[in-house]
Amino acid sequence: MSRVAVLKGGGSLERQVSLRSGARVEDALQRLGHDVVAIDVGGDLVARLRRDAPDVAFVAMHGRDGEDGTVQELLEILGIPYTASGVSACMRCADKVLSKHAMYDAGIATPDFYSFTETAFKELGAAEALGDIEERLEFPIVVKPADQGSALGVRFARSAADVPPALVAAFSYSHKVLLERHVHGRELAVSILGDEPLPIVEAVPREEDFYDFSARYTIGRTSFVCPAQLGDAVTDAAQALALDVFRLLGCRGFARVDLMLEEETGQLFVLEVNAIPGLTETSLLPQAADAAGIGFDELIGRIVEMALQPA
Amino acid sequence: MKSSAMRDLMAITERPEVISLAGGLPDTSTFPAESLAALTAKMAATGAARALQYAPTEGMAAAKACIAEVMAYEGTPVDPEDVLVTTGGQQVIDLVCKTLVDPGDVVVAEAPTYPGAVPTFMSYQADVVQIAMDDDGMRVDELEATLDRLDTEGRRPKFIYTIPSFQNPAGVTLSLPRRKRLVEVARERELLVLEDNPYGLLRYEGEPLPTLHSLDHGEFVIYLGTFSKILSPGIRLGWTTAPAPVLEKMNLGKQGADLCSPAFSQMFVASYFEHDRWQDYLESLKDLYRRRRDTMLDALAEHFPREASWTRPQGGLFIWATLPEYIDTTDLLARALSHNVAFVPGRAAYLDGRGGSSMRLNFSGVSDDDIREGIRRIGDVVREQVGLYGTLTGGAAPAPREASATGRPEPDPDLADVLHLPPRTAPDRRTDAR
Repeated sequence: MSRVAVLKGGGSLERQVSLRSGARVEDALQRLGHDVVAIDVGGDLVARLRRDAPDVAFVAMHGRDGEDGTVQELLEILGIPYTASGVSACMRCADKVLSKHAMYDAGIATPDFYSFTETAFKELGAAEALGDIEERLEFPIVVKPADQGSALGVRFARSAADVPPALVAAFSYSHKVLLERHVHGRELAVSILGDEPLPIVEAVPREEDFYDFSARYTIGRTSFVCPAQLGDAVTDAAQALALDVFRLLGCRGFARVDLMLEEETGQLFVLEVNAIPGLTETSLLPQAADAAGIGFDELIGRIVEMALQPA
Repeated sequence: MKSSAMRDLMAITERPEVISLAGGLPDTSTFPAESLAALTAKMAATGAARALQYAPTEGMAAAKACIAEVMAYEGTPVDPEDVLVTTGGQQVIDLVCKTLVDPGDVVVAEAPTYPGAVPTFMSYQADVVQIAMDDDGMRVDELEATLDRLDTEGRRPKFIYTIPSFQNPAGVTLSLPRRKRLVEVARERELLVLEDNPYGLLRYEGEPLPTLHSLDHGEFVIYLGTFSKILSPGIRLGWTTAPAPVLEKMNLGKQGADLCSPAFSQMFVASYFEHDRWQDYLESLKDLYRRRRDTMLDALAEHFPREASWTRPQGGLFIWATLPEYIDTTDLLARALSHNVAFVPGRAAYLDGRGGSSMRLNFSGVSDDDIREGIRRIGDVVREQVGLYGTLTGGAAPAPREASATGRPEPDPDLADVLHLPPRTAPDRRTDAR
């Protein structure tokens, strides 16, 4: 059995979720007989990793530092194998603008968007271009920070008047934001384990909460269906698309790809890829694994094995 | 509020590198350690067995005598027999709900209301109706209109929850005419009022106002008091006095909840009142908090843009600041956290989604240096947002960069990366003179 360092917490806004993911991973690793070292990531990370000298690090962090390649880079320097994607894939997934450009270039459908930094508005007069953007994307427009997980800072703008406050909100989380065409349809999450897509999870918001992201972020106000009732053709297409994106961005181990199935056209669009999706009791990837007959302990065991024996 | 987003943000405010104006903590660092040692030693020598034993549910006579003394000091005489000692003031809110509220019942509260009462109201599934406030506290005319409306719907509130003095979070105080009218309204309509009065004795200026309980002689007013803000929140002692049938039910509820409040704490309070002058300590706290309030008001005037407004409390622990409506303070908190400073977003004080542009700022539990630095950082973030909105709408000019003009330091480049929270190298922030 191996000595596994579980990296969790840190200073990101998703600290709480990460602590819950980490605690659950620790329990599973212990049940599997591993020697577990839990690390709430802070200023002593490198010193602790040197001292504890784990065989492998399980990165159970979400958001800044843990999911954007920063911690992965440190693990590379220290020569410690780690779970999930490497540095460059993490960087591409964490930055929605980068990943969407990569999808564009590869011909993978992602909703049309425009992206700006705060500097563009403050110093280059980008506000003058807002009217053109609004015309091309059509309302409602989704405004989101480029590199923030969960639904933090995401707003729907239904008219031109909604755009400035939505931008101010999004810029609270990031120096870069994107304005994206809103795809009306069904929300699908395809988790990948190894190089196999898992059964699809559909997020079904209560109708009245459709435009209320805070409601959708609140447990109990969105229900999840797994496997999603889609029909074989759409299921196959969504899973194939998710696997394409996973490979395109260079992910490994596991990840979750969020898709939209447009109601009007039946077309699939990729919204984003989560390099380290949540692993809590209510998270989507464990639900999907469960639907495939893979229990949580087995899931965690396989993820660690993959990290120790990279393909 | 119940949003997990806000909970997740608030979790980060507890990190050591963050200057948190989000707390509601009294400053316990000034309580003399030798006094604490002497009092505990006396307790051990003379009453160890009793201090380690259960106490009566209603509380120990010696503690209730101290409570009567505190209430008399605030012009609210009470028979110690009519007092129920509780585990903090918070337990009173819980017991009142437990006694009176069935799921779906209406509870009337102020807008904004005490964020700590919100989860309690929610756990009893109360339908909370919030009444606006102005500089004179709750708008009693709006209260009456709301009660009329509820009446036509056949709904009768179980009680009206108010913090009349130095309200948490708004910092405002209910004026004397409104106090009198509120008590009349309660009497006319035979409605119970829960008067939450943790801060009444922490007045830094102006004339004291009578408690609702003293105006009503306890007929319709349930009174909530606490030692948390005049002595220590760590001893977890509060109290209530209420109309007899309500008090009886609360006593039963308390038996079910925790049998009794700690005998140890009750004897500590009794010993403290016997040997020390609690009024002297109260005066020292008032001096400390008055100075910190003034520090915060000065810092707000210096660092917040003219688009912001804030209350000027005559006492208590909190200032309530309101920003232009296009700024959402929950989002703003994310940006503030990247500058290692925190506050409570206004939404936490509402059950109906309002309060999005306001924030609660605490001045009692933070050093003067941290107050100045914390407000400076929040002010910077707010000005950035105001300026950004100006450029987005082509309206107001960007906020001027005053940092160099006023000799203030430039922002730390390590803090520039939004939401990144670098650990501070200096372990003791309080000595940091920036």
